[in-house]
Amino acid sequence: MATANIEVSETPLVLYTLRRADDALILGHRLSEWCGHAPMLEEDMALSNIALDLIGQARELYGYAAKAEGRDNDEDKLAYLRDVRQYRNLLLVEQPNGDFAQTLVRQFFYSAFADIYWRAMMASRDTTLAAIAAKSEKESAYHLRHASEWLIRLGDGTDESHARAQAAIDHLWAFTGEMFAVDDGERALIHAGIAVDPGPLRGRWLQTLSDVAHEATLILPQNDWMQQGGRAGRHSEHLGHLLSELQSMQRTFPGLTW
Amino acid sequence: MYTQALNTAETDDRGLEDAAKAAQFQARIDAEERIEPNDWMPAAYRKTLTRQISQHAHSEIVGMLPEGNWITRAPTLRRKAALLAKVQDECGHGLYLYAAAETLGSSREELVDAMLAGKAKYSSIFNYPTLTWADIGTIGWLVDGAAIMNQIPLCRCSYGPYARAMIRVCKEESFHQRQGYEIMLTLCRGSDEQKAMAQDALDRWWWPVLMMFGPPDATSQHSDTSTKWKIKRFSNDELRQKFVDATVPQAQYLGLTIPDPGMTQDADGHWRYSEIDWTEFKQVLAGNGPCNRDRMAARRKAHAEGAWVREAAAAYAAKRAQRRTAQAAE
Repeated sequence: MATANIEVSETPLVLYTLRRADDALILGHRLSEWCGHAPMLEEDMALSNIALDLIGQARELYGYAAKAEGRDNDEDKLAYLRDVRQYRNLLLVEQPNGDFAQTLVRQFFYSAFADIYWRAMMASRDTTLAAIAAKSEKESAYHLRHASEWLIRLGDGTDESHARAQAAIDHLWAFTGEMFAVDDGERALIHAGIAVDPGPLRGRWLQTLSDVAHEATLILPQNDWMQQGGRAGRHSEHLGHLLSELQSMQRTFPGLTW
Repeated sequence: MYTQALNTAETDDRGLEDAAKAAQFQARIDAEERIEPNDWMPAAYRKTLTRQISQHAHSEIVGMLPEGNWITRAPTLRRKAALLAKVQDECGHGLYLYAAAETLGSSREELVDAMLAGKAKYSSIFNYPTLTWADIGTIGWLVDGAAIMNQIPLCRCSYGPYARAMIRVCKEESFHQRQGYEIMLTLCRGSDEQKAMAQDALDRWWWPVLMMFGPPDATSQHSDTSTKWKIKRFSNDELRQKFVDATVPQAQYLGLTIPDPGMTQDADGHWRYSEIDWTEFKQVLAGNGPCNRDRMAARRKAHAEGAWVREAAAAYAAKRAQRRTAQAAE
């Protein structure tokens, strides 16, 4: 018997919080796949550390989403008993690890955004979100530094590392637009001073990217066609496989305590 | 590099002068003094410790694989975070131990290469598969429990850097052991299916864990000199008995049955276990365990696929140094 998916009453605040939680969990899960297989032991440590930060952020956000929803869902039900179409993360974070360059570019794009996004959210009128943001911002600043340092080394390292880093940038670029998109529900939360408006952050995000890319001798793509859909549960094919692994225990042994 | 400031390896014994040094060295050991990297030491002492510390480091790194097998499938977010943190700790132990081995004059690269070439060993226990979530609990409870039993005496090992590394490692291992036991406790208080899962894991891991303490004293190769040098303070059989005596009540508390129908408790309270199947141990040691090939393949793959990354980091460092020199010359 498989456990049925839970139902979630996605009020604007619940949906907003779930989106951030799903970003953190899925990216954390992806990074955790490296543990034991990284190019050097220092990176086994670093990538696991970042994964732990992100999973920690996800747990706090799921906890708050469950509380805001006010039913009997909790962090584990939200993580383990929603199917692909109920997941609300960015397409960027579910992309496979690929090679080390792809993992680091994915992290770089996300962390450059998360860093300024969480910093802005520290001013939220929602005190819980502001508190989660304060902790997450410190972590994201470190994640960004780690990814930037690596991107510079890969870009300005060998011909091979340069080519791999450039290929990763070109491949992942189309998934970055979604970070700055806002729907009506989120717009209302922005007006209420609860959510962060990502639109005005794009200039600073792009500046960070340009600075690092310049030092790394890498080029940011000019094309502006962007993939969308993750926030509404229209994902790439990759997410289903990730969830089938992530959720396998809860789906195989429904309703038990672990 | 870390080892540059230190003495290079002694290549041979040099007659009378060395005999005097050796006597002095043994006197220091007997007086429970710590030997430090820059101190004179017999070549065989250096070699023994390099082998032991690097094998220990390899074990930590290969040991990440069986547990890492469940990071992406941990049943709750709390368990997932705890397991990931635990495996990360093992990696930290590996790094710490490689650094301790480097103080004896071999670089991490050389030591890792020897392992990848199949010339250096790691603990055979990691050649068994983790098939269910209960294996993660069992590894924490028994494998880490056995490791602690082995490593606590190493905190007083005569070689300073190894002894100090062990103090830190043991603290973390003891936390891992409690965490593993808590997973078992949760399973044993759970559904019939969960209890069966816990019993099945104990059935599969019990004998391999007893083998972790090494061959019986009568056949052990290294114990004599290691004991004289105070690298080893208890024999394999002594440590194994300590472990069994500590573990039996823990299994009883869980309501699990140790898969040894012949086990009895003697008048002194010691639990006497049945004879261990050393043929299996030798087979696993010879490379024929269920996962030997998978473990080596995984480590070799990570090493090979990471080569371009390490090369890039080295190339960048060289370029940056060159630019600095050029700037300074201007």
